[in-house]
Amino acid sequence: MKTVNIALPKGRLGEKVYKILENAGFACPDMKENDRRLIFESAHGEVRYFWVKPSDVAIYVERGAADIGIAGKDILLEYSPDVYELLDLGIGVCRMAVAAKTDFRDNIEKTLRVATKFPNIASAYYEKKGRDIDIIKLNGSIELAPILDLSDVIVDIVETGTTLKENDLAPFETVVPISARLISNKASFKFKNNEITKVIKALEEK
Amino acid sequence: MTNILNGGDSVTQSLGKLYRSLGYSRYKMSKFEEYDTYASNKDFLISDRVITFTDVSGKLLAMKPDVTISIIKNTDDDLGKIHKMYYKENVYRVSPASHGFKEIMQMGLECIGAVDTYSLCEVIILAAKSLNEISSNFCLDISHMGFVSAVLSEAGFNSSEKANVLCAIGEKNLPLLNSICEEKSLSTNIKNAIFALINIYGSIETVTPKLQKLCINEEAKKALEELESLCDAIKCTNLSGKVQIDFSVVNDMNYYNGLVFRGYIEGIPTGVLSGGQYDKLMAKMGKKSKAVGFALYLDLLERLDTGKKEYDADVVIAYNSQTKPSKVFSEAQKQIEAGKTVLCLKNIPEDIRYITKIDFTKGDAENENC
Repeated sequence: MKTVNIALPKGRLGEKVYKILENAGFACPDMKENDRRLIFESAHGEVRYFWVKPSDVAIYVERGAADIGIAGKDILLEYSPDVYELLDLGIGVCRMAVAAKTDFRDNIEKTLRVATKFPNIASAYYEKKGRDIDIIKLNGSIELAPILDLSDVIVDIVETGTTLKENDLAPFETVVPISARLISNKASFKFKNNEITKVIKALEEK
Repeated sequence: MTNILNGGDSVTQSLGKLYRSLGYSRYKMSKFEEYDTYASNKDFLISDRVITFTDVSGKLLAMKPDVTISIIKNTDDDLGKIHKMYYKENVYRVSPASHGFKEIMQMGLECIGAVDTYSLCEVIILAAKSLNEISSNFCLDISHMGFVSAVLSEAGFNSSEKANVLCAIGEKNLPLLNSICEEKSLSTNIKNAIFALINIYGSIETVTPKLQKLCINEEAKKALEELESLCDAIKCTNLSGKVQIDFSVVNDMNYYNGLVFRGYIEGIPTGVLSGGQYDKLMAKMGKKSKAVGFALYLDLLERLDTGKKEYDADVVIAYNSQTKPSKVFSEAQKQIEAGKTVLCLKNIPEDIRYITKIDFTKGDAENENC
């Protein structure tokens, strides 16, 4: 039997997925101890978990350091890694949206300034619409951009919309719905097919 | 395995021998090619970025990003003949990881002209044998674009929908495929056939019986017959257990029309071999002939060697300006004959690692184990 390496995204989503796997018999009691270890192996060596930054999951899987991983659709769309996308887990549901100040009106005579963490998704979206834009790549606090007039709109993940509302912003258009996906390295899927299929079944039946 | 680390020299040699044994002759080409050759077929290239420069005559040249297109261009278009060629060339491509150009050693073969089912069998078996030369832990996935295309055209997808469906099949992405099919309100029969393109995969024995049910039109039937005779031929080798049918191998429909395949080796995260029948590319380049071929990406093979290099050499021989060179060399020769690797140095750096040191600096040789 081969050990399946699973990359979990740090944070709520990864913890949720771990709970599902734990209940399905892939438990790893050490995970609950809050120490600084990075890698955890289950008692009989079926699986090995590691926590990574959510945006890095796809890289670990694409390059085979992890056989499978949990990644948001946003990350997959942004980086288009060469992996199999096997399951929509139906959790971590939110949407990628265009948001702006509540009184915003698009002036098509001007280039639209778009602040985002997801330049590829934003460019593809506006290219499809045929709108000329100026991308401003930011790494966080995207909501600040329209407030300080750094950008006209933002393209970002909207869950409840509370952060937007509190900053006098509102979502205008949905770019694409987002949820958590199970991805697999293509070569691992061949060589560890039985082991990976077991984990997939567990997640499907949750 | 160590041979793989050393630029894969022994692998390329045995692959060359394998190809020559079935009558494939070596094709050699220059590093440069006219840029125009690639400009009209950019989608066929793995990355569309090409290193270009202007020749003294003012012509725009490119450092070759691909070998197949050049071979097609330079092979005469005779339907009565068949040309069997293999190549081992460096190509220049953008590596997605480093975002810079990289020189990649690529080996492959092309079979151009009157390609028939036998030629396809020969190529797919050579692909399996090539992988086996590198490692016996391999997997060769085969698919048929003719079959995939027959299923998709039965469903009446337009070209942009087709591209989305192909993308979903390539990712084994059932949720995406489901949402595309729901928009289209397809009959259950066709829907099942499309879903089967993701759901059905596995060894030849388990998959072939299931495919019969999916013959939804003549085109699909013809493609499946071809796939079956290929599988039959593979069964003649002892490698058939490592060949799988998997429709997630999707290559660009604008270029590939029939058999397509991809090879994986355990320990390498991405495919190392890729190929197929590309009659449509031939037609685009104004040729009537058919063609099939594959390429192996040898740069990936160094990942296979996980062994650490513990010593720089087995024996280090130290000498100084008083030592006679003949004395040093004859000692080195003696060690080499005993199967050791030898490094002769005047000054031995501190970070060098060796098993034995032979010291000539104090007159006669002194052995010292490290």
